[in-house]
Amino acid sequence: MSAARFLSLLTRVYLGLFFAYLFLPLAVMGIATFNESRFPTITPWQGTTLKWFDALAADSQMWSALWTSLIVGAGVIAVAVPVGVAGALLLNALQARTRSVAYTVMVSPVLTPGVIIGISTLIFWRPYGVTGGLLLMVLAQSSFIAAYVMLLVLARLQRFDRTLEEAALDLGATHMQAFRRVTLPFLMPSILAGCLLAFLQSFENYNTTVFVRGFDTTLTVYVASKVRTGVTPAVNALGLLLIAVTVAGAVVYEILRRAEAARAAERRRQAEAAEPPLVAATAASVA
Amino acid sequence: MTALLQRYGIGLTGAILLVTLFWVIVMVLGPQLLMIDYSFRPNLPLNQRGGPEDVYTLANYATLFGNSIHLNIFIKTIWASALVTAVTLLVCYPIAYFLAQVVTPQRASLFVLLLVIPFWINEILRTFAWWIILAYAGPLNQVLQFLGLIDQPVRFLAGNGGVIIGMVYAYILFMVFPLYNAIESLDRNQIEAARDLGAPAWRIHTRIVVPHAKPGIATGCIMTFMLAAGSYAVPALLGSPGSRWFTEVIYDWFFQGGNWNQGAAYAFILLVLCMAFILGMMKVFRVGLGDIAK
Repeated sequence: MSAARFLSLLTRVYLGLFFAYLFLPLAVMGIATFNESRFPTITPWQGTTLKWFDALAADSQMWSALWTSLIVGAGVIAVAVPVGVAGALLLNALQARTRSVAYTVMVSPVLTPGVIIGISTLIFWRPYGVTGGLLLMVLAQSSFIAAYVMLLVLARLQRFDRTLEEAALDLGATHMQAFRRVTLPFLMPSILAGCLLAFLQSFENYNTTVFVRGFDTTLTVYVASKVRTGVTPAVNALGLLLIAVTVAGAVVYEILRRAEAARAAERRRQAEAAEPPLVAATAASVA
Repeated sequence: MTALLQRYGIGLTGAILLVTLFWVIVMVLGPQLLMIDYSFRPNLPLNQRGGPEDVYTLANYATLFGNSIHLNIFIKTIWASALVTAVTLLVCYPIAYFLAQVVTPQRASLFVLLLVIPFWINEILRTFAWWIILAYAGPLNQVLQFLGLIDQPVRFLAGNGGVIIGMVYAYILFMVFPLYNAIESLDRNQIEAARDLGAPAWRIHTRIVVPHAKPGIATGCIMTFMLAAGSYAVPALLGSPGSRWFTEVIYDWFFQGGNWNQGAAYAFILLVLCMAFILGMMKVFRVGLGDIAK
């Protein structure tokens, strides 16, 4: 066997092991749902059952935790998405120096540990008598999720053709009309992606939430507390359902993103084809 | 600012500024500054706050250096997070290189989708999966015993091992994607040229791929280290009282000890640690913040 063949075989084996490592744990967790054992495991197998789904459905604490998660998620969308869009619009209009300072400040929540965000929010609101609960969960989560939304919107805004906006204004549109009819529709794909991202991030958040939750329990907090205090395979059933929903959400998100990327590439190709090479070359040399 | 006014008019500009300032001041900077302020003040009953005893002090910081248990946990958190970062980098580099440079773009895009899926799944669930696997009577011990590698089941969840294994798994994708994005932008012709000129495989990596992938390596390491050092979920699930993480000590100051000022000081120390790591990586790899937050 030649060295190259051996290397290629080695890479394949490594790739297989890597993906097994990625998916086997999730498979183990999912399979344990169907084990009769009252303790979540796959060894020993005590018989196949669907009873843990019934146990889950009968768990009223789980339902109220799910409801809390949905409310917080909706709140985060309502706060983080407008904030992220506004931040991106502002950043896009700033000049070099101010821009890099503002950028550093606005990106910093992404690079701050989640526990710190939770703690600082909790401390900030204490003098006003606001204690942990729904409001602080929304504010604390939004403070860094807004930064993700901002990055998404900013990436799209940088491809925006400003002459469209100027044309609308020249043709007599008010600023509000130009924004609503030209800018906003262009940004819409990134805003929708931002909503999905914001909800999923909020739903799965633990490190920040655990500091600002007060006496409210989100689904993620509920799962964690179950694992710590006495877990039954009903938690696996919940995990399996959550994975199914997340995978569906992730696939939709990815399809949207790819369709968008393909459309952008198509537009670039058309723009290049429409321009005679000589003009393009001159334009490039002038720029 | 004039650019903003010209483009969006007075009403929209006002709204944009108002919303952004609310975010930056009330949700980001204000809380951080107040946390720092808190950390330098003594923990006083409500009626004595603002009184003569409410003066700035370093006492809350001295606590950490006077308490050998907390100091050991802090030091362990640093080395264990660094270890998690190093292991994830080693595990991910071959995968990122393979997907970015070896397979066809169509295959790569399928693999990337496969990588994206676990990335979206709840960190708690990903950690719970390892809790099942590492359990005393769990599948890993069964397999190892079956293979004859161990005689007695191992208590993975009693020490730091379980936490570190769980963290590598939980944060691996924060390493894979920055690496993949960085290596993907490398022109394959450069690798071809090096190969044609007789460079051995390892030198192609040290001289061409790794230098080109610097921003990706820095980003991946920064994200992984920050997530590991700041993780509360993984040690809470996979750790034991004997293997506490620094974030758990912070949590206890807030919700067991009831001393928020002390907790704020510990939290600020953690934040400084993460900032030092970020700045260090940016210096070593000569990358800017713009390269990281992509």
